[in-house]
Amino acid sequence: MTDKQRFRVENPGGGEARNAECSHGGQLRLHVPEAPHRPGDEPRFAKFSQQPGDLPCPRPLAAYQELHDHATGLVRVLDDEGTALGPWNPQLTADTVRQGLETMVRIRAYDTRMLSAQRQGRLSFCLESRGEEAVAVAAGMALLSDDLLFPSYRQQGLLLVRGLSPAEMACQCIGNSGDHCQGRQMPVHYSSKPANFVSISSPVGTQFPQAVGAAMAAAYRGERNIVASWLGEGTAAQGDFHYALNFASVYRPPVVLNVVNNQWAISTHCNMATGGKTFAARAEAYGVPGIRVDGNDFLAVHAVTSWAAERARQGGGPTLVELLTYRAGAHSSSDDPRRYRPNDEARLWPGGDPIERLIHHLTKIGEWSDQQQQDLVQRCEQEMLAAYKEAESHGTLADGSQAPPETIFDDVYHQLPPHLEQQRQELCEESLAEEGKSSWPQ
Amino acid sequence: MATMNMIQAINSALDLMLARDPDVCVFGEDTGYFGGVFRATEGLQQKHGRNRVFDTPLAEGGIVGIAVGMAVNGLRPVPEIQFADYIYPGFDQITNELAKFRYRSGGEWTAPVTLRTPCGGGIRGGLYHSQSPEAYFTHTPGLSVVVPSTPHDAKGLLISSIETDDPVLFFEPKRLYRGPFDGNPQHGQTWENKPGGDVPVGYYQTPLGKAVVLRSGDAATVVTWGTMVHVAREAIEQCGIDAELIDLRTLVPLDLETIRDSVNKTGRCVVVHEAPRTSGFGAEIIASIQEECFWKLEMPILRVTGWDTPFPHTQELQYMPNQQRIARALKKVTEI
Repeated sequence: MTDKQRFRVENPGGGEARNAECSHGGQLRLHVPEAPHRPGDEPRFAKFSQQPGDLPCPRPLAAYQELHDHATGLVRVLDDEGTALGPWNPQLTADTVRQGLETMVRIRAYDTRMLSAQRQGRLSFCLESRGEEAVAVAAGMALLSDDLLFPSYRQQGLLLVRGLSPAEMACQCIGNSGDHCQGRQMPVHYSSKPANFVSISSPVGTQFPQAVGAAMAAAYRGERNIVASWLGEGTAAQGDFHYALNFASVYRPPVVLNVVNNQWAISTHCNMATGGKTFAARAEAYGVPGIRVDGNDFLAVHAVTSWAAERARQGGGPTLVELLTYRAGAHSSSDDPRRYRPNDEARLWPGGDPIERLIHHLTKIGEWSDQQQQDLVQRCEQEMLAAYKEAESHGTLADGSQAPPETIFDDVYHQLPPHLEQQRQELCEESLAEEGKSSWPQ
Repeated sequence: MATMNMIQAINSALDLMLARDPDVCVFGEDTGYFGGVFRATEGLQQKHGRNRVFDTPLAEGGIVGIAVGMAVNGLRPVPEIQFADYIYPGFDQITNELAKFRYRSGGEWTAPVTLRTPCGGGIRGGLYHSQSPEAYFTHTPGLSVVVPSTPHDAKGLLISSIETDDPVLFFEPKRLYRGPFDGNPQHGQTWENKPGGDVPVGYYQTPLGKAVVLRSGDAATVVTWGTMVHVAREAIEQCGIDAELIDLRTLVPLDLETIRDSVNKTGRCVVVHEAPRTSGFGAEIIASIQEECFWKLEMPILRVTGWDTPFPHTQELQYMPNQQRIARALKKVTEI
């Protein structure tokens, strides 16, 4: 098979080549794209054509036009043999890289533990970030702890970087008395003001313009901290994406806007999210630098995030970063991807697995061993087992809601208005609490 | 006839309409190859082709906008918004465009779009997978608003909605997709042998704007729609008050005649809905009853509704109106 027959992940929309399909014998035809691979197909991916070193690393305040090739190309640091190469190599110490690996292994172990709890009926829902650990962990490490984060629901790795305990995170997912949000949100909709991690919403993309606004506030108040936000490539179809880019291009606030291109929005392939070449390339039309980076290359994600953060800190304004990765897990515990994509796509993804690739690199430079890796995995599994146990000591799903029923009315407003006071009394007086408390079947 | 759950009934309506009318097309997030996250469009792309049943980018404002344009140019689109909680990016296109095309053009341009969307709580969906936003749309002239409570009505009403020349917002109570819900999650139920679970396999219409009296009674009238139809029915059985139960099925246009006849007979009324109380559609119903039936009323009309808060995740069962609250309201309106 020639490389031409393989699906080029770098060019999902196919560019101009397909235009002929829209007309047939003079009659127009509606073009509806189809995913490159569906169940029963053998996934055929072309290798990445770009290599580490292909793209220069411009100075942080470079004109956006200087990043033209970065928006359509691919910034890489780790080559296929696990060697760190090229001008984007962030030159991290071995300790820092090991810390990155450890955090990625921890978040994978956390996700795995939560998924297994969900399958046992101990969680109502969960959502893993498998295959995308580098996206959150490397970016989180490249930012400063004062930088404000507006993530989507698949960047839980940021929370471990910011020092949250897995037990605290698990309490949110159970919605027990250890959840400081009182079980109001579905699992994985984390919020942590101490970690500068802004409350997550289910409607997709709403956080993008909010991040721009938060960055405008930072500039308005003359602060040093910057803002970062993440959304998926599917979400890049929302109006909110474009509002964010346009406002960012107008006000030039210190913000790093990340599109996590993990190929799949539930069952919808990324070629349904754009007819264009790349998501990063959209930045150029807004006069904003766009960079596409291998999202499974920990070092490259760290380097690109650092570059964009430095640009923002120096007053250079926003950067749009596209992280090319693959959603190795299901969309969520409610999803079954076997219905719409071949099982082995993740295994054949040309970007590989972010954890495997970093292990390969560290081992190659003599800073990691199989034994250390085995020990790390075991330690993380034990940590997450203990964390989940600790979380359940604050209440299990079967216990039902731990919050007193009248707390339903808290936090709707700063102060309880009269009509809510009246409704609260109604709920209490009629002691509906007891009767209404029939719990969910397990 | 066949036993169908509400998803199968909706799928059957879409399948029939795609076959009958080449102008009908179906699209939304995950509605093509995958068949929808709730499986409402399962198999339709394979059967009717990728140009008639397809996926869209994730952009509700875009989905409604293209539906309006397709309808203005002669098609009869049936788009899906994956959850009613996600309808708001489409709000401008729905309320300012879809609803007003006929009026602003003196009838020259119309947009017969049927916008389907799963609504309501009961699946542990928290703030953003549980909302009942129907009242926002009842407040916009030009839109019809439909909320079925059984598979039978869902199919017939969906066919009528697609065939009508006006835009329809078609809210599907997702808790009822697989079976009725009496308010107790321990009672797992299917639509087998349940009222409304028997569905004609072929084409039929259930008229828009017509409520149905599901239970006759003289002691009081319960007016409701959607999931709460089943909670109210069970509450009436359990509390032993001989109440009449009205399932509105269509909120706009409202079948005031059926409500009026019942309240004039009983003189007492409880309105039940899952959506929050303030500015909920219950307020509109009660105001209308007051205008029409004031001299026959024996007691103030009561509302049992969701609380005026966002829809909480773990406290879902304390949030949603339950049998006890409905029974208590029925006792109150019948005590003197």
